[in-house]
Amino acid sequence: MAPHTEQLTRPAVRLRGLTRSFAGRTVLEGIDLDLPAGQFTALLGHSGSGKSTLLRAIAGLDHGVAGGGQLTAPERVSVVFQDSRLLPWRRVLDNVLLGLDGKDSGERGRAALAEVGLAGRERAWPGELSGGEAQRAALARSLVREPELLLADEPFGALDALTRIRMHHLLRELWTRHRPSVLLVTHDVDEAIVLADRVLVLDRGRIGLDLTIDRPHPRSYREPLLGEYRERLLAALGVTEDHR
Amino acid sequence: MTAVTTTTAVPRTDAGDLPQVRRRRRLSPGRRLPAARLIGPLVLLAAWAAASAAGTLDTGAIPAPWTVLRTAGHLWTDGTLPTDVLTSLERAGYGFAIGLSAGVLLALASGLSRAGEALIDGTVQLNRAIPTLGLIPLFILWLGIGETFKIAIIAIVVYVPVYLNTHAALSGIDSRFVELAEVQGLSRLAFVRQVVIPGALPGFFVGLRLGVTGSWLGLVVLEQINATSGLGYLMFQAQNYGQSDVILVGLLIYGVFGLVSDSVVRLIERRVLSWRRTLSN
Repeated sequence: MAPHTEQLTRPAVRLRGLTRSFAGRTVLEGIDLDLPAGQFTALLGHSGSGKSTLLRAIAGLDHGVAGGGQLTAPERVSVVFQDSRLLPWRRVLDNVLLGLDGKDSGERGRAALAEVGLAGRERAWPGELSGGEAQRAALARSLVREPELLLADEPFGALDALTRIRMHHLLRELWTRHRPSVLLVTHDVDEAIVLADRVLVLDRGRIGLDLTIDRPHPRSYREPLLGEYRERLLAALGVTEDHR
Repeated sequence: MTAVTTTTAVPRTDAGDLPQVRRRRRLSPGRRLPAARLIGPLVLLAAWAAASAAGTLDTGAIPAPWTVLRTAGHLWTDGTLPTDVLTSLERAGYGFAIGLSAGVLLALASGLSRAGEALIDGTVQLNRAIPTLGLIPLFILWLGIGETFKIAIIAIVVYVPVYLNTHAALSGIDSRFVELAEVQGLSRLAFVRQVVIPGALPGFFVGLRLGVTGSWLGLVVLEQINATSGLGYLMFQAQNYGQSDVILVGLLIYGVFGLVSDSVVRLIERRVLSWRRTLSN
């Protein structure tokens, strides 16, 4: 039990006074944030609120963006994008193994594909997969590297409603098994409530609300107690009764 | 309203009251005929043979197909044709190989580094603006009228389209894939090998096919004005002696060369880009 507790106390990601601006417009105005190791966090915000900017900063993908502040993140970081971003000229297994070497990598890739329910599709071309399958392959690609931190930028945004629900279950299941820290960027309040144990609302470049959701999993959209969280999150996002 | 009219107009089946479905008139041309691309040329050949047999063609201007074949046989057995074909193939082959390598290497250098782009891209664009066949007089002065100058001209004709298309494909690599490679921690070499080159292959093949066509075009021009051997020279001589059958033999061989090389490139393209076929199907 002891190492697990220790893990939770040591933050995986630490931000201090993180600022970012594009062409003179400040997007992040000094963010202070700790993400404990192994925590499932969702980041909500309007489009243009800077949530993708924050995620890209943590991923180290913001070349040439002006800004300052302190930022520490783990060594092994995986990113899942909104599009599956599979290379169309590599078969599914080779896509999962992109950037990975070592003699047992093939086995690990196969195992990761089996874990997301794509066993037997190793030799398929990405063009032959459905949207949901492609996103599963992208999940396998991020998991096979055993990340300490998994960054997901609206990973289910392009999927249909039914596929999205199945992917929610899958993501939560994978998290339970591998326990990386997760930062899930989304604009879907229900998705955040159902999946995450902590929900952040990014508002005008600052963390406007930091909400811990202490409800057992798996959660259902219809669970009445979640309604209270929904109200608070919508209020923080500036959506009030008369807007609906 | 229309729906009701249609339902009553359709004859009923014995089985029940359900209206029988009538197939719509097909507007697309329908299924393709077998070996469709050969039919046109074969009809043309038959017409040519029929007109020759009927004696309606002036044999001095257009000899009969069998005369052309017989001439080809004679030229082959007396050794002139094999020598000429070999000389032509050699020129086109060397020129093509050099042009292809230069085009690919320059495109890689210019597509993968900013310094390379600054040095190379503008220069190639400038070179492209000058019609290559216009360089012939200068090249003869520099390199003499031997083989070197012919190979050099063919190489230039080939490298330009190869460079342009490969470079465009390299700089058109989806930035999302570049980002992915960064996330996956690919080294620069792995990035080039696994993302850049496969991504640029479709563009490269467009350039390759243009290059192949270009090498034959360059060959014909060079051999007809500045040569003492080769297929073009054979045809040029035949013009002086009024041997239209020999000219037709030359044209036939050029045609076969072009067709075969284009088919080979297509075949390789289909093999290498097999992932694309699954998309179009």
